[in-house]
Amino acid sequence: MDRNDIFLPRRALLGGLATLGSLALAGCHDETPPTYGNILRIGDDFTYRVQRMLLPRNALVREFDHADITSMPAIGTTNPGNAKEPAFSTEFGEAYDRLRKGAFADWRLEVTGLVARPGRFSLADLKALPARTQITRHTCEEGWSSIAEWTGAPLAALLNAAGMLPSARYVNFHAYDEIVDNIDLIDALHPQTILAYGMNGRDIPVGHGAPARVRVETQLGYKSIKFLRRIEVVEKFDDFGKVGNIQNGWSWYAGI
Amino acid sequence: MSAEPMNSQAGAASSGHALWVRIAHWLIVAVVFTLAYSGIVILMAHPRLYWGWSGNDLTRPLIELPLGPNYHHGGWEPAIAFFGDPNGPVSRARTFDIFNQNGWARSLHFLLAWLLVAALAAFAAASLITGHLRRDLAPTREELAPKALWRDVRDHLVLRITPANGGPPYGTLQKLAYLGVIFVALPVMVLTGLSMSPAVAAAWPWLPSLFGGTQSARTIHFLFLCLLALFLLAHLLMVLLSGFGRQIRAMTLGK
Repeated sequence: MDRNDIFLPRRALLGGLATLGSLALAGCHDETPPTYGNILRIGDDFTYRVQRMLLPRNALVREFDHADITSMPAIGTTNPGNAKEPAFSTEFGEAYDRLRKGAFADWRLEVTGLVARPGRFSLADLKALPARTQITRHTCEEGWSSIAEWTGAPLAALLNAAGMLPSARYVNFHAYDEIVDNIDLIDALHPQTILAYGMNGRDIPVGHGAPARVRVETQLGYKSIKFLRRIEVVEKFDDFGKVGNIQNGWSWYAGI
Repeated sequence: MSAEPMNSQAGAASSGHALWVRIAHWLIVAVVFTLAYSGIVILMAHPRLYWGWSGNDLTRPLIELPLGPNYHHGGWEPAIAFFGDPNGPVSRARTFDIFNQNGWARSLHFLLAWLLVAALAAFAAASLITGHLRRDLAPTREELAPKALWRDVRDHLVLRITPANGGPPYGTLQKLAYLGVIFVALPVMVLTGLSMSPAVAAAWPWLPSLFGGTQSARTIHFLFLCLLALFLLAHLLMVLLSGFGRQIRAMTLGK
């Protein structure tokens, strides 16, 4: 990728205006995730709206000291390339295994959808973006939490580099374990939302999402998708049908 | 018969429970029961409690509750040290398929939590406006005098319970218990619950700090569940001893 793209002031200004515009738009024509008439999903949407209404949007989560770093269990998919794991994807599992054996040199993060410059980012491309290191708390919906140091490129920087279009409203993540999920632009452009390639001063271990995972620090751990394969910028909310959270009985918004 | 008055409200006639008090009572009962049920299901996913900001299966718990199939579950791959020191922070992959019903349990819990907040706010407002708080719930200076308070404590200890009069005036301990539940325990439940929300912790970092961290808030959330359960036991015992039918009728039909 041409790094100079993101430093052109005119483009940066246009990008900024586009972002503001889409945020304002998100405020007017309100489109919340589908509930299918399920009272629990209606409650989830209510929580989402109230938190968005009452909480300052760019408040930073607390960042801890190096001495606060704790152990961290690796749960869910711990290796998408392992055919013995229940979440093994016949479509992407073998590809992941090959990439892992090649130290992810051939890994590319596809960025598609509502961007002026769709592209494929290598790890080196991600590392060429301005990096952010943060020691933050990972909160699992199960009830536990852990503290780790994460290093990566702010998602906002990547979206900027790809030239996100004004009509963008959601960012979809596709992973090698076939997990799909999305976040709104408020979380996508949050300064602490990063595409992490480093954990505790080294490359992210496979169990924690190698070679890159998203860190959505303002939501529960299950929104921080591991083993990223593709990022897609869209206007219309997608619940991903039978493989998405909503139709599987889980809240899409996990800020609580 | 004892010459000594049994309780401060002994013999006082009651006008019964106001309609709004009865509605609020049973609404809060239903909400708190559903919250307790979903909350215990959530706790079963990870029946370990910690102090501070973090805690997980690879760190030392404060308490481990023998609750459901996840108690002391095995199923961990060997530890990988993050910084080369096996006694320092490690990562371990989980191989055990844990019990986890949090999809519905969490959403139900939060839906009911909104109802609880609404019911508590409505109750607080109504009890201020109607004078229920001042007239029926707030203990008077005389009632709080050590001698009077001690007499009420002693009456309860020997289970010398005034027969039901179908509503206020309440005894001193009774007033303190109700005030404690409505204005202390349930608000603490809401605040410790909110402390566990990552978005709330980002916006209002002072809130989890108030409880010593998010995991401490989770532990306090559980301890207050235990306190509420103790209150429920005492409350039911008093209802039984003072005349079960009469009390239930009063809280449902009025008098």
